[in-house]
Formats: sequence, structure tokens, C-alpha cells
Amino acid sequence: MADSKPRTLFEKIWDAHIVRPATAATPAILYVDLQLIHEVTSPQAFSILRERGLRVRRPERTVATMDHSTPTTPRGADGKIKVLDSAAAAQISQLETNCRDFGIELHALGTEGQGIVHVIGPELGVTQPGMTIVCGDSHTSTHGAFGALAFGIGTSEVSHVLATQCLLQQKPKTLAITVDGTLKPGVTAKDLILAVIARLGIGGGTGHVIEYRGSAIRALSMEERMTVCNMSIEAGARAGMIAPDETTFEYLKGRPRAPQGADWDRAVAYWRTLPSDAGAVYDREERFEGSALEPMITYGTNPGMGIPIRGAVPTPDGATMEKALKYMGLTPAQPLLGHPIDVVFIGSCTNSRISDLRQAASVFKGRKVASNVRAMIVPGSQRVKKQAEAEGLDKIFRDAGADWREAGCSMCIAMNGDQLKPGQYAVSTSNRNFEGRQGSGGRTFLASPLTAAAAAVTGKITDARELV
Amino acid sequence: MEPLKTFASRTVILPIDNIDTDQIIPARFLKGTTKSGLGEKLFSDWRYDAQGGRKADFVLNRPEAEGARVLVAGDNFGCGSSREHAPWALFDYGFRAVVSTSIADIFRNNALKNGLLPIVVEPALHQRLLDEPGVEVTISLEDQTLRLADGTTAEFTVEPFARYCLLNGVDELAFLQSADGDIAKFESRPAY
Repeated sequence: MADSKPRTLFEKIWDAHIVRPATAATPAILYVDLQLIHEVTSPQAFSILRERGLRVRRPERTVATMDHSTPTTPRGADGKIKVLDSAAAAQISQLETNCRDFGIELHALGTEGQGIVHVIGPELGVTQPGMTIVCGDSHTSTHGAFGALAFGIGTSEVSHVLATQCLLQQKPKTLAITVDGTLKPGVTAKDLILAVIARLGIGGGTGHVIEYRGSAIRALSMEERMTVCNMSIEAGARAGMIAPDETTFEYLKGRPRAPQGADWDRAVAYWRTLPSDAGAVYDREERFEGSALEPMITYGTNPGMGIPIRGAVPTPDGATMEKALKYMGLTPAQPLLGHPIDVVFIGSCTNSRISDLRQAASVFKGRKVASNVRAMIVPGSQRVKKQAEAEGLDKIFRDAGADWREAGCSMCIAMNGDQLKPGQYAVSTSNRNFEGRQGSGGRTFLASPLTAAAAAVTGKITDARELV
Repeated sequence: MEPLKTFASRTVILPIDNIDTDQIIPARFLKGTTKSGLGEKLFSDWRYDAQGGRKADFVLNRPEAEGARVLVAGDNFGCGSSREHAPWALFDYGFRAVVSTSIADIFRNNALKNGLLPIVVEPALHQRLLDEPGVEVTISLEDQTLRLADGTTAEFTVEPFARYCLLNGVDELAFLQSADGDIAKFESRPAY
């Protein structure tokens, strides 16, 4: 293959998973190496299997957990997490039944391996370079941080993968996003991706798979890379990817489900062939200078409506943005610094990993949550929770007056009891500021864990660099 | 699934860009284990007030929306989450097509599997549809056309296999199952 056309990371993975190529009449059949399952988007998929008398083709390529509708309230005296919402309880119990009936590994509520599906995959080491990974959740793009092709699918497609381990797919286009230079102190992976989405717009990546490249991307840790890839979908791109390198291998080595021994060596040798070839052509390219990026915050009702934190609310360019500013109760040219807030939410598949909590704790340490603010810290998984507690981060949060909770999606999706009240303003480390996303009438400013923690201790939108 | 071929309907317009799946069906309604009853919850936060009363100014609460099967919405419709509950809710309400200048990828895939046509049209025709709420349109999946009463006709594209499935009322799963031999062969390859 020495003389073959240079290929991108995406093309290599795509080509390696074609079971049957596309024809004029049918899309390609793409093999799926790993499907992650959660309680909200899977029940109807299992119903389809039951209606047709089908088995799960590869239960060992399927991992399930509970995260979206699960409460994050403290455990009872029996050590169990109690689900008071009967609909959520039924959904959770349905997943238990489905996993038992179909032989699927389940990390059930409150168990050691439970957590947000996009946090536990990498944690277990089931997320690996070169894989195709799907889940009935749009933030499946997170796993692309490992150099995997990972994307969200609907429930019908969940049933297709359960039954056949395959999907019918149209080949997407490729978009290279190159970020060179060095991020300034106080500028995080979250700021980087919010800046990318602000330029592309919420639909700017539609039809594309993004590959993030450049020296600023290479310098990111795996957890930071996950934050970047996680929000690819907020620019409309189903998947975001970063080529695997030593950082990736170091993160994976020794994880419970990573290859071991001779398998590890063979795997790494293969993974080293995955990065895009020199001269590989993308359908589209965008470049960013990392050193020019600032801490970012959103002002509107989609993640593309973001500005540098010291900036001002832009003037509306039409009815959509006018509606957004009205909903947010903001006026054009208004600075966001100093805007009072009611709630701080630190968590979600975007920013709930140990490094996110360490960053937040660096701001909370020796400070108190402002009297007008409720601050919630929600670890992404039980393992993250345990690690944070071993490091004493929970004590820092509690001493500051913040609420330290059980693992789950929590207030990112507000279908589990954690939600804003109408009109409340929140600074959130999650991924969506859509109207009502964090509770009907709630108003969300998306930002990094540093910015969120700074808002918690000052009670208003603050440039965290002022607190250092 | 019933075959979807040609149908005529008045339009309902929602001239807002980037209508996300959290607006189409808020997450608090995703706690079910079946697909039923989601039409009542469609656009819930725009359609009902905090007490559950219908907001008189929202388009779906106006008499002219009654029975409409075609929704004309702003650019980038269906962005956000992968919840298939979004097309389930639109279908259950009675919609059979969504017309916009662009439609988000995952929503589009989900819609096509549920008898809901995602139709992308040129900006000029889109603007005309937004300017004439309630206009009668005829949509033919066989011809892949959207026609207005004055004869104005726009062609739209639907992926050939999705079109085949919709026209015949079949789904993709049976086709994937028929590839079993190829899948087994693929699975026998070395891991690395």
C-alpha cells in the first residue's frame, strides 16, 4: 500500500470497518467495535429485538450504564442511591432486565464502575484508538479523543447495532481544525472548543467529521482532548477526532480493559499507523492560533453564541438571536463580567473528570461559595468520585459550601431532579445552553470549570485569572 | 410502518433558526420505555405555560394549524441531541415532513427511520414558504418534489435506500440482517 493515496485518520478507520461498500442503491455497511448503552435511549431498541425474536449479536462488544435519569442525591443508610421518580425507576429497572436477558455488562446505579457513559468508557479502557464506537447519545463524539470514530445514533440504530453489530452509513466529509501555538495560562480546553464553535456556528460542522490537529491540540492531556471532542456535535459535526500518540497510549496502558502483554504491543504498533498521512486532503480546513484564545463564555441559547469572557453581548443579526437575548434577559453591547448568577453546575460528560475537579478545587480552596449562589459539583463517575475523595477535593468543595454529589448527568440534562428554577441564571461546565435545557425557564452560561468556580465564589460572572 | 408516497397538506411555520431537540421534546419527557404519547409533549415549553395551559400565540395552538402535516422551520432544524423521541413526537403529533434550508445529521437519520421526511429546499423557496404560512403543498416522495398550488415545484433529495424503505414501508434492519454472511466474514479478521 506504499503507493496508495494519503489518507486521513478518519478515512483509515472508515476503510477498516467497511463490511460492504456503498452501492448506487444502498449506503455502506459499517462494523461497530463498541456500543455503549444507557437507560434513556435503549428501552425501545430492546423492544424491537423482542418483537422480532432477535439476540444481541455481540454482547461482549456492548457496555451499559445508568446516567441520564439517575438521581445524584446522597446515598441512604443502606449505601444505596434511592430513585424516587417512578418513571426513572421503571427505566432503570428496564435496563437491568434488558442487560440480564441479553447478557450485557452493566455498571448499575451506585456500583464501582457506574457513571456518565462517556466518562466510564475511557476509564475502563474499552475506548481505544482505531475503533468505531456508537451510543444513543450525541456526545459519543467524546471518544474520538482516542483516535476512534465515535458518534451518536438514534434508538432505531441502537437496535441495528445490537442485532447486527453494524450500521448503514453515508460517508461524511472531513474538516481539519488546526490549533497551533500555546494556550495562555487560565485558557483551558473548554475555552478552546467554545472558541471553535463560536467561529463555526452551531450548524457549521454539519455533514462533517472534525479532526483536531496542531501543536495546541498535541499538548492537551487525554481528559482535555475529551472535552474538545465532546463538543464537536455542538458545531453540528457528529464526530471529532484526535490522532493517537504517546499521551493516548500512556493514558490507556494498564486500564482494566486495555490490551495486555503482547496484545498491547501489537495494538500500539497498529495505533501508530492511524494518524493522517502527510499530504492527506480534507474537504475543509480551519485554523486557529492557540495563543490568541481567551477564556470563553456563552451569552445565548446555543453553544455557538460564545464570546471571550471580557467581551460584550453582540448586536442581534435577526429574529433567532433577538429571541435568544430576550430569553437570556440580556441586551446588546452589555458586558457579561459582573452579571449576577444563582447556580453553578460543575459536571457533565464535558467537564466532570478528575482534572476538571482539581481545577475547580484550586479556585474553591480557602474561599466560600457566595451567599446568593448554589454550587453543585457532580463527578462524572463513581471512580472519579472516589479519586477526588482520596485527594481531599470533596472536603475543599464542602468547606466552601458547595454540594458534593453522586455521579451522573445531573443538571446538564435536568431529567433527574437536578434542575434550575424558571428565570435562574447558571454558569455551567456542561455542553448545552438551549432554552430550558437545565430546567424550564432556566438560563445557562457555558464556561470552563475555572470560570464556573470563580462565579461560584464571587456570585457573578468573573474572569478566574483575577482570583489567582 | 405505513408506506409514505404522496400527500398534500397546509404548512405550519416556525421561523426560528437552530431549533434544537430540547425544544422539540424536552428531556423530562424522555423517561418512558415506549414511543407512545409524545405528540402531546411536542414543543412543550413553547406550547404550554407553567400551569399546562395552551399559549394562545404559539402556532400549534392556533386553529389554522389543525391537521397540518408539514412543518416549515428555520435553518439547521433538529440540532442537538440524538434523541429519536424528537421525530417520534413530530410524527405522533401528525407531521409527515419538516422543510428547512438545512437539517442536523442525527435528526435527519432518525426522521427517515420514522416516516418523517426531512426536506431541504433552496433559500428562495424557503423564504416564500415562511412568507405564506398555511399555504397548501403537495409532497411526492416518488418524484422527490414539493409542489405549490401555482405549479412552483422544488426537487429534494432523499438517500436512495431510505427512500426505498419509506416508499415500501420497510425498515433497514432486515437489510442489515441479510448481510449476515459478510458480517461474519468481517468478524473473523485479526483484531490488529
